[in-house]
Amino acid sequence: MSVDMTSKILLSRMESYPADSHTLERYLDTGGYAAFRTALEKMKPEDVVAEVKASNIRGRGGASFPTGVKWGFLPPDTRPRYLVINGDESEPGTFKDRMLLERDPHQLVEGIAISSYALDVTHAFVYIRGEYPKPARRLQRAIDEAYEAGFLGEDILGSGFDLDVTVHLGAGAYICGEETALLSSLEGRRGEPRIKPPFPAVEGLYAKPTIVNNVETISNIPWIVANGGAEYAAIGPETSSGTRVMSLSGHLKNPGDYEIVAGMTWRELIYDVGGGIRDDRELKAWVPGGASAPWFVPSEHLDTPVTIDDIANNGSMIGSGAVIVMDDSTNVVGAAHRLVRFFSHESCGQCTPCREGTTWLERILSRILDGYGRPEDIGLLLDVSDNISPGLAWPPAMTTICPLGPSATAPVVSIMRYFRDEVEAMIPGLSHAAASAANAESTEAAGD
Amino acid sequence: MISHWSHENQQRAQQLLDAYPEKQSAAMPLLYLAAHEHGYVSDDAMREVAALTGLSSAQVQAVASFYTMYKRAPVGRYLVSVCTSISCYLRGADDVLAAIEDEAGVLDGETTPDGEISVEHVECSGACGGAPAVSVNWELIEGLGQDKARDLIKWLRDAKPAVVLGDEMQLLFGGRKSFDWGPPEKEGAIVALPAFAPYGTAKAEGE
Ligand SMILES: Cc1cc2nc3c(=O)[nH]c(=O)nc-3n(C[C@H](O)[C@H](O)[C@H](O)COP(=O)(O)O)c2cc1C
Ligand code: SF4
Ligand code: FES
Repeated sequence: MSVDMTSKILLSRMESYPADSHTLERYLDTGGYAAFRTALEKMKPEDVVAEVKASNIRGRGGASFPTGVKWGFLPPDTRPRYLVINGDESEPGTFKDRMLLERDPHQLVEGIAISSYALDVTHAFVYIRGEYPKPARRLQRAIDEAYEAGFLGEDILGSGFDLDVTVHLGAGAYICGEETALLSSLEGRRGEPRIKPPFPAVEGLYAKPTIVNNVETISNIPWIVANGGAEYAAIGPETSSGTRVMSLSGHLKNPGDYEIVAGMTWRELIYDVGGGIRDDRELKAWVPGGASAPWFVPSEHLDTPVTIDDIANNGSMIGSGAVIVMDDSTNVVGAAHRLVRFFSHESCGQCTPCREGTTWLERILSRILDGYGRPEDIGLLLDVSDNISPGLAWPPAMTTICPLGPSATAPVVSIMRYFRDEVEAMIPGLSHAAASAANAESTEAAGD
Repeated sequence: MISHWSHENQQRAQQLLDAYPEKQSAAMPLLYLAAHEHGYVSDDAMREVAALTGLSSAQVQAVASFYTMYKRAPVGRYLVSVCTSISCYLRGADDVLAAIEDEAGVLDGETTPDGEISVEHVECSGACGGAPAVSVNWELIEGLGQDKARDLIKWLRDAKPAVVLGDEMQLLFGGRKSFDWGPPEKEGAIVALPAFAPYGTAKAEGE
């Protein structure tokens, strides 16, 4: 393989010291909190921000937004400011933040401490999904240890800098991963997304300037400050700098979390990193970046590079870095139904196209699966999708407050694009001629 | 403070209210605490959370009904949650759910008549690399096949563990994991709520 795939940054401690990588003792032993000390003693907050900007790191939560640029959106004079770490991790296929929280929680705590110093934040929050009590326990223990050791609390290491960190548990709602929904939830309200702008950096938690970043994004900060932003930027392609943890799942021989450098091909990721397809079956399709991402297929995408931009240019997204692999035994209608059912269940219900559209898509796929599909369902699936996201383009057009609604169309559009004959074959009595006639009519029928 | 709550939970409630710049933010953790006091998120539980946070009862009800983990009716001592999202579906989760329903003698969403075991399907549990994933009182088991799933239900019924420990269940019934879990933990769940002190139901034993 041409690309160096060894883990360099986030997983190195847990791989070298599996027995105690989560403890303060091991963290200190392996150079932990030295970057925070350096920041406090030798750097001004704006120097830290400059390093993060220079690193070119882009957010690992889903939107791939450049972290340094986001940090720059904070209005200069308003205080307090808040830092909120997004550990809601609920995008089907994603299980990397859980590992980072359980196996190296101090790496995140140090990242929070450094980032808070850089952003002049004195109270940071970590929002962890309710289904993750063990990661929350591990993180809370690390926070307690950090307070005791003087890395959190008042007048940290004699610098005059104060910081409190609070862990907040969710209670079962995927939508709370969306940053504005997360802030509503953290304020003790229903986790409903808010219309942007205003963006959280201007008006976030308690209407104060707030930076929301993903667990993995902030776990990189200690390394960036210790080694310099330029060093980080030098890893991998320019616009996909650094390493990232990919969650590989589905019909692979070796599913798991892997820290990779962007730039290898999908063939390398699936066959070399993931070990190939179980039972040596054929690869049929894969989801490149979590349930919300349009699918890729071997005939078109296997030799394209795994970078943020290449995936986007090929009509999908790296999202949360979750790769879901399907072999040739997969019923694609069943898989799409399972994905759509998720979005239908998780829709917060504020926007009609999302609330009604996801319900309709689920119902139609469900009746096709059960053998009761109707010829006009082919057109109806596309029509309902088009009502949620007009034009079915990528990136999707938005008729809704947040991207959840449009995400639900991704699996539907994917199976219609790549596996239309399989969908049609599941509809009783549908010949190709009948299908095209039905499609011509379905545009009018879709409204009822 | 709510006078009939245990002393420990009264203290926790105060800690929670103090942990946030604005006390309404404590609504979610207090709902867990109140659920622990009442066994589920009862009307009384919601009224108490309203009194503590200064929110109206209607507001607290709106919050409680938004999140799937706030149960508005009693659930069993062991809440068995089977992930049926995409990665688990691809690796046989529907068969695991069916085996669990069959062994427990109840359907998805139901509780056994003796009040011991509730079965539900849930969305992605963040264990997709170790699919199929099942949790008991939110303590996770990865790589749980159909047969072992039946053994798990039998074990819950017969051994009636006082503390549900993820590491113990993983060792007894689990298979492939999403990643190396590292050393086993002795903290687990004592009721069907996430075991996270100071948020509610907390640990059973220290480490
Ligand atoms: C429906 C939806 C769900 C999301 N879920 C998550 C999540 O679980 N974790 C996360 O970090 N970001 C999630 N995001 C992205 C966040 O809105 C936000 O972009 C991110 O937390 C910012 O952090 P980053 O810049 O470090 O990636 C989600 C977005 C949407 C629209
Ligand atoms: S798109 Fe769906 S999930 Fe997002 S705000 Fe609208 S209704 Fe809620
Ligand atoms: S799909 Fe089951 S744990 Fe993610």
